[in-house]
Amino acid sequence: MPAMNMIQALNSALDVMMTRDPNVLSFGEDAGYFGGVFRVTDGLQKKHGLTRCFDAPISEGGIVATAIGMGTYGLRPVIEIQFADYIYPGFDQIVSEAARIRYRSAGDFSVPITIRTPYGGGIFGGQTHSQSPEALFAHVAGLKTVIPATPYDAKGLLISAIEDDDPVIFLEPKRIYNGPFDGHHDRPVQPWAKFAQSEVPEGHYTVPLGKAAVVREGKDLTVIAYGTMVHVAKAAAEDSGIDAEVIDIRSIVPLDIATIAGSVKKTGRCVIVHEATRTSGFGAEIAAQVQEHCFYHLEAPIERVTGWDTPYPHAFEWHYFPGPARVAEGMRRAMEG
Amino acid sequence: MRNRTKLSLRVPEPKHRPGDKPDFSAMAISEPGEVRRPEIDAHARDISDLAFSLIRVLDKTGKALGPWNPKLDAETLRRGLKAMLLTRAFDERMFRAQRQGKTSFYMKSTGEEAVPVAQAFALDRGDMCFPSYRQQGLLIARGYPLVEMMNQIYSNERDPIKGRQLPIMYSSKAHGFFTISGNLGTQFPQAVGWAMASAYKGDDRIAASWIGDGTTAEGDFHYACTFAAVYRAPVILNVVNNQWAISSFAGIAGGDESTFASRGIGYGLPALRVDGNDFLAVYAATQWAVERARGNLGATLIEHFTYRAEGHSTSDDPSRYRPSDEAKAWPLGDPVERLKQHLIGLSEWSEEQHAAAGKEALDQVNAANKEAMSSGTLGENRLPGAATMFEDVYKDMPEHLIRQRQQMGV
Repeated sequence: MPAMNMIQALNSALDVMMTRDPNVLSFGEDAGYFGGVFRVTDGLQKKHGLTRCFDAPISEGGIVATAIGMGTYGLRPVIEIQFADYIYPGFDQIVSEAARIRYRSAGDFSVPITIRTPYGGGIFGGQTHSQSPEALFAHVAGLKTVIPATPYDAKGLLISAIEDDDPVIFLEPKRIYNGPFDGHHDRPVQPWAKFAQSEVPEGHYTVPLGKAAVVREGKDLTVIAYGTMVHVAKAAAEDSGIDAEVIDIRSIVPLDIATIAGSVKKTGRCVIVHEATRTSGFGAEIAAQVQEHCFYHLEAPIERVTGWDTPYPHAFEWHYFPGPARVAEGMRRAMEG
Repeated sequence: MRNRTKLSLRVPEPKHRPGDKPDFSAMAISEPGEVRRPEIDAHARDISDLAFSLIRVLDKTGKALGPWNPKLDAETLRRGLKAMLLTRAFDERMFRAQRQGKTSFYMKSTGEEAVPVAQAFALDRGDMCFPSYRQQGLLIARGYPLVEMMNQIYSNERDPIKGRQLPIMYSSKAHGFFTISGNLGTQFPQAVGWAMASAYKGDDRIAASWIGDGTTAEGDFHYACTFAAVYRAPVILNVVNNQWAISSFAGIAGGDESTFASRGIGYGLPALRVDGNDFLAVYAATQWAVERARGNLGATLIEHFTYRAEGHSTSDDPSRYRPSDEAKAWPLGDPVERLKQHLIGLSEWSEEQHAAAGKEALDQVNAANKEAMSSGTLGENRLPGAATMFEDVYKDMPEHLIRQRQQMGV
């Protein structure tokens, strides 16, 4: 089985689906001949042809809108929004249109599109190349929102997203495209090839949407994370010596509350970690659901470790980023509480 | 700082406000038959004059003149006239239904019927329409059952979209009519995407979309024109300039500075500007654009110059912002009257036939209304049950919606 980093795994997912289904096509800014600024669509135009993987104008609203039109025709477009920070011009088309066309037409029309976009910080991208907007999409009925944390999951989840008959927001944690960054920014990042999750089958397989993964078993407390923060949480567990059970939820909506609740009931303590700003972040929703399901099992208040409620500050990246020290501190509070 | 002009802010205002006597004598209107008809493969820049003139076929006496005369047979013209009459009768009845408290909202298309009806005739049945909210004439011309439209308006137990949408937000894939959004302009670039998909698949169907003069100011207009030009999408982009966006006149959308059709030129899109109250001119301009799109030559932008003869909706009172007799003063007349006059001039129609056709339309509408009302009207709660509101959010209902449905207790 070949070792793939996350970019190669995503590329493979697109390649597999374009080969299997002539209705799958891909477009986005710089995503055609050049293969995308992060190289995810590299080689697809050459292999599958100009009309199946092409460049789009700098027009996120137009990219999303035309994909919606294609979806209602019967195609399964996979569009790339170059950075999640650029998605807002397309927000009306996503929220008012893609998410509601099935509903408002009582199933007469549907929009089986996948919107891929790199998100998150840790790359010195400043406030326009670092945001984590997942909560904005999670709040919208009719959308599914998915975030992988490993190359294996990235490919399997992307194939599931493309095959899904509803619109899927597919957020790619760009900081871990090349290796599982654990938040220790002063240490070199190990390439994916050194980890088992880089073993990615070349052919078709799926990872189901709405199914969380327990990525580290533990008995002291439960840490709930997604994307880059899964690796930060694991590092925090090792650094702190707290035997944390780390759950990678993989899909924000639908949310696998059964796996989360099962773990919290076992450990009695819960820390939620995300890189996005705190207020009304997705952690608030997880905390609410955990207390609904696990209130009588909780031995301490639920802790949230998140980005601060500020824009992502370029020069203060590592003050903003909730690294392993901050996550470990949250874990200690949850142990003491 | 010497000799500098003191700046001042300009806010455009319409020529006439309530109490003024409407006077359109200064409006530039091409003569019927005057505007040239270029070859369908003409380059946009070589026909830019068509964005500033007005394609007209019918003259004041009802004669069809010039190169844009589509020379339709009398039977087609009669069917077009009947579809307009039916649309007008439908609008009257549904407006009254709202006033009677049987539904919450309605929007008439009075004075603008020629645009959707003539265009439905010029398009093929398989072509996909992405309408705005005033193109009910498309559905009627395509033979969609009136009773289904009314079921939707009444949100009754047979509402095809299950009580989920404001009245008139129809959806019928089978009739090539895309689900109306209510958010303005979003359908314009979606139509371009549908057309791109048709081209991608080597299909022969084309798409068409409609927005109003006001909505040209949305980014979606720019997205649609850009993508349509870049990918040479087989789509017809229609701007129905009915002079009013609720209470703001077309000048607030920039209509005083240049024509809406002229927007197309900058994108490299051929742009036609047509008398929207002239059935023959609308048909001919659309036919030109259809041939161009189906010939793989790409998109056309068409401005339909017309007048919204009534209020924006049942919630609007136009006498608050424009002279109440402005519609009567509109120099391009009424589309129904003009086509009627043309057919009578051809000795293919008569006042008696017209009166009978009007009566027939009324009977059709009344029969459909009776049938629709037997399935209930808004407020009677005859929908198939509130539990259905959780359906179609996703293809398969996820856990959290199943739990919420249980919580609602239905």
